[in-house]
Amino acid sequence: MTDIWIHPALLFFLAACILPFVNEKLRPSIILGVPVLGLLTLLLVSQGMHGVVSLMGQEMVFGRVDKLSLVFGYIFVILAFIGMLYALHLKGNREHVAALIYIGGAMGAVFAGDLLSLFLFWEIMSFSSVFLIWFGGTKKSSDAGIRYLFLHTIGGILLLGGIVLHIVQTGDSSFVAITEGGWAGGLMLVGFLINAGGPPLHAWLPDSYPEASVTGTIFLATFTTKVAVYALARGFSGTEMLIYLGVFMTLFGIGYTIIENDIRRLLSYHIISQVGYMVAAIGIGTELAVNGAVAHAINNILFKGVLMMGMGAVIFMTGKRKGTELGGLRKVMPLTCLFYMIGGLSISGFPLFNGFISKGMIISSAAEAQYGPTALLLTMAAAGTFLSTTLKLPYIVFSGDDKSLKVTDPPKNMIWAMGIGSFFCILLGIAPMLLTALLPFDVVYHSYTADHVVGSLQVIAFSGLGFMILLKKLTPESTISLDADWLYRKITTAFMWIAARFAFLRYIT
Amino acid sequence: MNKLIDMIKGPISFKKLKKYFYIVLGLLVVLDVALSLLHLKHPAFVWDKMPGFLSLYSLVSTVLIVVISKAIGHAVLMKREDFYD
Repeated sequence: MTDIWIHPALLFFLAACILPFVNEKLRPSIILGVPVLGLLTLLLVSQGMHGVVSLMGQEMVFGRVDKLSLVFGYIFVILAFIGMLYALHLKGNREHVAALIYIGGAMGAVFAGDLLSLFLFWEIMSFSSVFLIWFGGTKKSSDAGIRYLFLHTIGGILLLGGIVLHIVQTGDSSFVAITEGGWAGGLMLVGFLINAGGPPLHAWLPDSYPEASVTGTIFLATFTTKVAVYALARGFSGTEMLIYLGVFMTLFGIGYTIIENDIRRLLSYHIISQVGYMVAAIGIGTELAVNGAVAHAINNILFKGVLMMGMGAVIFMTGKRKGTELGGLRKVMPLTCLFYMIGGLSISGFPLFNGFISKGMIISSAAEAQYGPTALLLTMAAAGTFLSTTLKLPYIVFSGDDKSLKVTDPPKNMIWAMGIGSFFCILLGIAPMLLTALLPFDVVYHSYTADHVVGSLQVIAFSGLGFMILLKKLTPESTISLDADWLYRKITTAFMWIAARFAFLRYIT
Repeated sequence: MNKLIDMIKGPISFKKLKKYFYIVLGLLVVLDVALSLLHLKHPAFVWDKMPGFLSLYSLVSTVLIVVISKAIGHAVLMKREDFYD
């Protein structure tokens, strides 16, 4: 086969450049066409190294195509299509442009074969995604965007520091498993973990995602954390410390979902919890575990997308974002409720939905590698997931205390976007081989054994029983939850205070 | 599809639902015990051999998660909405 390598990132960047100049009528075909073209290029390309460029004595590899990068490429173009469809009704093109650059950055990062081009695309992602937060259009989104940039700039500098040290020490800039400890490896690991939402450097995520525009959140919830998961899987698979951090993340995120009242912030804490599964699995590092981490990243992009789109539709139609102000929406937004529940059953690992496959792989890999407490704690987080995302939140929003809100289901494009996402959640649950064939390692894993099915159903059913018993305790409270962003807020306020003391300097210069 | 939508929109009898739910819970425990007795499980740890372990563990986990999160929340983390203003 002839090697046709058109970098998918290039397609997205080109689309971002021409979008401001095209007629409004042409816009839908461009923003929906680009992901389709991207998928085509990925289906045509052969595995190997493409786009190798020598720049200032450094060899940059823009197209390392192997199973690990390809599977992320596929899911990114699929979600790009779904997200663009969800955002099709927007009047202007500024959000589409920012999203296209952001997606291009994510594509570039997963296909980057060397550390410098990885860093380049990493930064493109940070500086384009922040606009999706700012397009939330409120004072809160503008402030949260600044804090987002603050943290990601620090993360970027740490990553760059690690990369430079690594290149100086080893003379090699290729991005492969990073085995040496010390500052080089440590700095890169911290840089990756900031983007993965690893505590204590996680607070940018639940601080900023709920302030973004309804349509922008879908892209945000997908790319930054999953590119970080990709980078961890590539560079730090088998790093034991990640097991402990990952397990902590799963439960930490769940804890906040229990007390949070803002519906999108609740789902944002859930991203941390879900990424925790992937981080823990990467830490375990066996072939089954890494396959599980990648499969869970793919599935998570689909069901978290559906969940975020569902709650986004609620905010879009009602203008309300707090659990205490919502209720009874299943009567007026039945389709949104239906798709949200499909996403909810998927994330909870209900058999026949995609989460069942990948969560099962991760917990089985922990058991196989004899990590007993890890397997138990990840199961505990699974019970908490069903409790908070699939029972508590939809109960409050779609049922519960009926607030008689006069709304309808959202516009058709949003319904279709949620529908397509839900379709993939079920498809990959019924036919897991469609996904497992694409995973990096050839490991045999049987999802649908009597043992797994009965086990998962017990976790789900008995956490449901717990929900019934504790229903009163789970009534939403109109509070906000403190997190590590308390510290950034203090630092930025102190900085501004000090800067104001020196304001007289402007008269001198 | 329309039937499904009507079901979502229509009145839900939680009483009836509860009854079916309890039956499902019972069935799952019975199934789990059966799997244990028929040696259809692949136990990796001691607790995997105990019939009905996951049922009890999930229930206890849920209660612990809610009680502990709410306790920490009320003690330290949950603040009035205008806290940062």
